[in-house]
Amino acid sequence: MIAEAADEKPRDGGEGLTFWFLGLVLLIILPALNVLPSDDSWLHVSDFTLNRFGKFLAFAILALGLDLIWGYTGILSLGHGVFFGIGAYCIGMHLMLTIGTESVYGNDLPDFMVWNQVKELPLFWKPFYSFWVAVLGAILVPVFCALIFGFLAFRSRIKGVYFAIITQAVALSAWLVFNRNETNLGGTNGLTDFKQILGFRLSESGTQRALYVITVLALGGAYFLCRWIIQSRAGKVLVAIRDSEQRVFFSGYSPATYKLFVFVVSAGLAGLAGMLYVPQVGIITPGQIGVLPSLEMVIWVAVGGRGTLIGAIIGAVGVNFGRSILTNYFPELWPFFLGGLFIAVVLIFPDGLVGLMRRLTIGSVRKTLGLEKPSAASEGAQP
Amino acid sequence: MSNKGSIIYLEEVTVDYDGFKALNNLNLIVEYNELRVVIGPNGAGKTTLLDVICGKTTPASGRVIFGKDINLIGKREDQISALGIGRKFQAPSIYANLTVWENLDLSLKRESKGIFATLMSKPTATEYRTIDEALETIGLKDHPHRLAGSLSHGQKQWLEIGMVILQDPLLLLVDEPVAGMTDKETEQTGLLLQALAEKHAVIVIEHDMEFVRQIARTVTVLHEGAVICEGPVEKVQADDRVREIYLGRQKVAYT
Amino acid sequence: MQGRELTGVKDRLGIGAIAGVAALALFVWGEFARAVEASAAPVLSVPSIAGPLALADVKALTERLASDDPAVHDQAFRIIIQTGDARFLVLLDEAVVDADRATRVAVKPVKDLLKNKLKLASETDDVRRSAAADLGTSRQLSAVPWLERAAANEPNRWVRYAMEESAALLQLTVGETVLKARAATILGELQSQNGLPALKEFVQQAASDPVSREANQPALRAAQGAIEQIELWSTWANVFETVFRGISLSSILLIMSVGLAIVFGLMGVINMAHGELMMVGAYATFVTQELFKAFLPPHLFDAYFLVALPVSFLVAGICGLILEATVIRFLYGRPLETMLATWGVSLVLIQSARVYFGDLTAVTAPAWLSGGAQVMVGVYLPYNRLFIIGLSVLCVTGIYVLLFRSNLGLRVRAVTQNRNMSACLGIPTRKVDAYTFAFGSGLAGLAGCALTLVGNVEPGLGQNYIVDSFMVVVTGGVGKLAGTIVAALGIGSLNKFLEPSFGAVYGKVFILVLVILFLQRRPSGLYALKGRQVD
Repeated sequence: MIAEAADEKPRDGGEGLTFWFLGLVLLIILPALNVLPSDDSWLHVSDFTLNRFGKFLAFAILALGLDLIWGYTGILSLGHGVFFGIGAYCIGMHLMLTIGTESVYGNDLPDFMVWNQVKELPLFWKPFYSFWVAVLGAILVPVFCALIFGFLAFRSRIKGVYFAIITQAVALSAWLVFNRNETNLGGTNGLTDFKQILGFRLSESGTQRALYVITVLALGGAYFLCRWIIQSRAGKVLVAIRDSEQRVFFSGYSPATYKLFVFVVSAGLAGLAGMLYVPQVGIITPGQIGVLPSLEMVIWVAVGGRGTLIGAIIGAVGVNFGRSILTNYFPELWPFFLGGLFIAVVLIFPDGLVGLMRRLTIGSVRKTLGLEKPSAASEGAQP
Repeated sequence: MSNKGSIIYLEEVTVDYDGFKALNNLNLIVEYNELRVVIGPNGAGKTTLLDVICGKTTPASGRVIFGKDINLIGKREDQISALGIGRKFQAPSIYANLTVWENLDLSLKRESKGIFATLMSKPTATEYRTIDEALETIGLKDHPHRLAGSLSHGQKQWLEIGMVILQDPLLLLVDEPVAGMTDKETEQTGLLLQALAEKHAVIVIEHDMEFVRQIARTVTVLHEGAVICEGPVEKVQADDRVREIYLGRQKVAYT
Repeated sequence: MQGRELTGVKDRLGIGAIAGVAALALFVWGEFARAVEASAAPVLSVPSIAGPLALADVKALTERLASDDPAVHDQAFRIIIQTGDARFLVLLDEAVVDADRATRVAVKPVKDLLKNKLKLASETDDVRRSAAADLGTSRQLSAVPWLERAAANEPNRWVRYAMEESAALLQLTVGETVLKARAATILGELQSQNGLPALKEFVQQAASDPVSREANQPALRAAQGAIEQIELWSTWANVFETVFRGISLSSILLIMSVGLAIVFGLMGVINMAHGELMMVGAYATFVTQELFKAFLPPHLFDAYFLVALPVSFLVAGICGLILEATVIRFLYGRPLETMLATWGVSLVLIQSARVYFGDLTAVTAPAWLSGGAQVMVGVYLPYNRLFIIGLSVLCVTGIYVLLFRSNLGLRVRAVTQNRNMSACLGIPTRKVDAYTFAFGSGLAGLAGCALTLVGNVEPGLGQNYIVDSFMVVVTGGVGKLAGTIVAALGIGSLNKFLEPSFGAVYGKVFILVLVILFLQRRPSGLYALKGRQVD
């Protein structure tokens, strides 16, 4: 009987190995290559590259959360940009306030407020003088928003296409509101020109390296959190909701509670991602939280392979890497590429890169061994 | 709970779908440890009846009382399930992307099915044993780690029955359990249902008269959303109105 | 047999389309003919009233006009005003060519006054009307009798209105005290929007001046009454216009979302590229216009829009057919994936349009759709918006006929309700899907064509409306046309109603909140198909 429990696990074993390998590369080798070899060595990883990877890994945290809700639970949220944005703005507000009199106008107030002739710091900005309030806020405010929205949506059993559309409308609304000047969030230009974080200069490579390492650690933490969830019985309930929500009801679970839980967790992860993104990139604008960015996030997960945690990470890093290359050399082609990716990932390889690799390896291994024993992955296809 | 009185009691229940009355002032009482078979032509409201009991459909009027005095109207499906009503659907409804074992594990009756309990708890040795027994009962002992989606149709039906059994409900609602089964499977299913009726109350909806004769003690005939006849199989088969509904539609048309 | 029935369906579809276009043509023909007639008329034609005048005489008059002596000035002024005609105006222009600045300054108001006086007799409604309005603010009491005379013979209601309004306005601002009360009353009865500032100014002045207070008492009271009357009226006029704007926006939303809703009901698919099909329709209109410009004589130009309507429908419909055959066909039963794939399609379409057409172009609305009709004081309904409303009514009627009176419609409804059973009965469900999808896409194209009348043509055009139309579909529910209509009207009107007090942005947010709350009560929209759901 105990043996049965043991062979519950192996399905995720391969993924775990990949994770540890990636973790080693990202956490130790990349920073080491940034510090140790001289600048002109071919082994050297430039500050720019490291910083760029830091950004991608922040996105990967968000992708994990999105995978949890879409890949495992089957709920498509097209509004995760909003949670990312709230997290980003929370830390962004703190960074704005720490600029102090270093700003262009030399005023205590953020530049855009001086520009908009705001005389006094709005009340909701004041708590963000504290770094820890900002950090907590970056996670808790998205969680709170997700709690309210999710409660309303799941309670009334809004699901499938309806849920996707409503979340998209939320993304649009949030984008519109963040764009306004009178909300005192920097309008179209967003928050930028940050100078320091906790007294460390953001322009120094040491600070950026530290932020990178923190991001990798946060990603690791997020990975273990998600892994723990999906391997628990609650994780099975999530998959069960995707397969047959009705049966979940009759098995005595309340799907709304589980959906709300996973929605809130993924919102928190999105907020965390936004929080790590801002100091590394140095700017947050409404343009990063609207309808299109929210959809792009879904595509990261789809490209990597939904329903596998490692897939979400690979997808987020891969798509963004491709994006930074393509928009650099062929800016006109990027929308074509992205659009093509949307279509291809759905039509041609619905299980994403991970699924593709798994299919290839399993296929070739089985062929070379001449095995006929069906494996878990291909079994579903047989009648 | 005492074994006296009814386990489910429906009074004057009406379900209205845009003017079409799927149930029309229906009255039904099922006792503890009873195996009740509900038959009736297509559209008689059989499945709607089960929908009302398990909370999937809210009736426009009427009362639905479970056990001594628990009003079921307005309760959510999972709350009703937690009270001890299990349901097996017509088309097998299982979790295709979970293994057989996980399917059963999720269905197992537990103290709490809230989010924190399921996040934290691990299956106990007793639970392993219970699931093993269920695997044995439903004949899937050799495939605990196959994905449920890859099972054959009959195996899926049995898996769903197993899932409902593990819920250990006081009342079991079974919708056409033998549809698409071979004769042998049908017979086994009949035996299983009869065994279940020893400890639980069971309501079975069925078309297959052969099967009805095999398992039924009391039969209820539904027609146009209302009960028109109730009693032992022989009595029901001898009833004029029942014969009219099943056989003599032309006769009705003439009159 | 199936094949033959299907061609029958196609024929009916064709006939329906032709009939629709024909009706549309009839609908606009009257206005079109009238507009052409009007634009052919001469701008200014003035009957001569005075005898021949020499340039020298005119010069002398202008010099006297610039005189410091008021008596001399007034006399010259009176002569010019009373005897001036079109030829005199020309002479007047010549006379001041080399005059000094003081003379030119003195001549300017006289010239304007004379011009407007002559324009009162113009044959064009708009010219007479604007002349009357100009005279109303000229502060020249001598214009009052002209206006009254012109008003007596004026055939056009709204020009007459402008004349009466201006006459009363002049009486109030520069007329004699005893006549002011009557003037104020007239302005009030006319609900004159232009008179409102003058009335307020008058009240303020009269109230603050203790000397004339007594004499002005009756006029003061009349003016106060008039202000109240006008303000009340303008509130109503505002409400009316808001309703109209709301209906007009709703119409665009409706044409857009009805296609979306039918496809959603039939296939459970939300086409995220629907907005881009609308963009395709808008560009089809643009290209039609350019082709007319390039290859056809100018007098046919105004007809381009009538051609553009079916063209945009067909082009978008064909795009929809291709989209269905290449993408959506493979994604049945996977609605969420379909959303993502069609969103990809929309990105590709937008970028293609951007690369090919550039960022911003505009369509020139045909002459017969510019301008508008005044229905009440202060309420002006532009023709282009009226046209859009008419078009949406036509579309809905057409869809209704197609859905409930045609063979195809019967099949669409059958497949919507039970796909498997329909397939068993021999309905070619995939073909029904494809045609319906193409039809829905065509409707989006039509919406795009209509949209060119009120906005620019740009690659991102569809994005502005798409989320709103999704909300319409979600709120309206699936399976009933009425739901979509009610939801489109509701959301469109609410948008316009909330705009003034909330601002466009918060209005939208507010509507989203309302929709979410509404879905609490009815999770599957206004009109959901009830019954045993097959999960």
